[in-house]
Amino acid sequence: MAMSLMRPGGFSYSELANAGPVQHHFSPYTDNGGSIVAVAGKGFALIASDTRLSTGYSILTRDQPKLYDLNSNTVLGCSGCWCDVLSETRLIEARMKLYKHEHQKEMSPGAVAQMLATILYSRRFFPYYVSNVVAGLDANGQGVVYSYDPVGHCDQNLFHAGGSSGALLQPLLDNQIGLLNMEIKPTEPLTLERAKGIIKDVFISAAERDIYTGDGILLKIITKDGITQESMKLRHD
Amino acid sequence: MANAQGPSFERFSTSIPTMPSAAALGPMKRTQTPVSTGTSVLGLRYDGGIVLAADTLASYGSLLRYRDCTRLHKVNDNTVIACMGDYADFQYLLSIIEQKAITEDCMDDGFNITARSLHSWLTRVLYNKRCKFDPLWTTFLVAGSDMDDDGQKTEFLGYVDKLGTAYKDGIIATGYGSMLATPLMREAVEAKTKDGGQLTEQDAINVINDCMKILYYRDARAHFRYEIAVIPTTGSARIEAPVEVKGDWQVAHLIRGYE
Repeated sequence: MAMSLMRPGGFSYSELANAGPVQHHFSPYTDNGGSIVAVAGKGFALIASDTRLSTGYSILTRDQPKLYDLNSNTVLGCSGCWCDVLSETRLIEARMKLYKHEHQKEMSPGAVAQMLATILYSRRFFPYYVSNVVAGLDANGQGVVYSYDPVGHCDQNLFHAGGSSGALLQPLLDNQIGLLNMEIKPTEPLTLERAKGIIKDVFISAAERDIYTGDGILLKIITKDGITQESMKLRHD
Repeated sequence: MANAQGPSFERFSTSIPTMPSAAALGPMKRTQTPVSTGTSVLGLRYDGGIVLAADTLASYGSLLRYRDCTRLHKVNDNTVIACMGDYADFQYLLSIIEQKAITEDCMDDGFNITARSLHSWLTRVLYNKRCKFDPLWTTFLVAGSDMDDDGQKTEFLGYVDKLGTAYKDGIIATGYGSMLATPLMREAVEAKTKDGGQLTEQDAINVINDCMKILYYRDARAHFRYEIAVIPTTGSARIEAPVEVKGDWQVAHLIRGYE
């Protein structure tokens, strides 16, 4: 093989030309990106997602929030394979209606959290390829956050970052909210306003470095008075 | 064929022929690749409706196999769908959708399939097939009208692909259109609406025409003949007669290096 035909990657143009017809292969999964951040505090829980839906280098839409109000004190955030998100959330909504009519009461965040783990594990060998975060208020009115892996491992946290920017944002939250590696720690507990500020800041940071996070965020604030929401613009690129 | 029991009546048998055994068929085959395919489809929301566009070509690889295949379908007076991908899968789904529309019509109760419900239905059908690893190799745009929270009629434009990925937006293009046409459509909409202006039906048609021309020039699987559907929020949807891009190849002789 003439060296001039070799590319740095180690294959040659002539090999490419002789490769024969290109075969498409079906893959049932795609990564549609998106990030979720949730924070639990005393008397509140916050959960936010970006609004960008992508495949590869294309943006499908700039206006697709990834949060689902499950009831008056629980919100679910999902990102990953969007077709699985759509199917999984419909199943959850149906199961929650069944629960409500059977027990004459709303599901508690803890019950939702357990049900989600069971639903995810029911597809252990053909998983919903989704990063899930549940935020809500427990029976004492305190914020709770549950995070999951795609096959149903459930963990209760005080804060969590999931989705395409999860690995980028979690250490930031560990420092700013978990107060790890901090020389001088604040003495007062985390306030709602401070938590909101941190969430908005971390999303701005994520949008700078992650192409799958951007366009805007939707932030849901869960308190004993119910759920309110805020939105903010992010990089539109 | 004679046998020990006497003459065989096999040739005249009215019994149901037996299926070949599973072993003889080999492993079950599923669609892993599309065959006759259509390329990009475009959808654009204007103030008071949606415009859809698709060319009339079904390619067989790089062969222009069927040059007069409509890829737009009017489901009822205010719902139109457009399809990219395997044309056979499109026709299969069309046969089901047409039957749904007829059944709905026979009810004669004044209700029809809405774009939103058809979009949702397609989502479930395509997701179910992908879960069986037997996808319908298609991407659909569904256009029509919807009810907003105040019960007002608004425009609806939705996307569903072979995995069941679905969303709605005012600007959607599939395939090469997502790379070549989406930026043009976004630019046109932003320019028209930035000072509180509106995109009219004619504006939308003009933008779509530009995009179809760009796609014909740059997408090797696109065709010069294409159709446009206009779906006004109030009023009846129509699919216009096919139009043709008049290619201008004046600069072609200037291109060098591919001899």
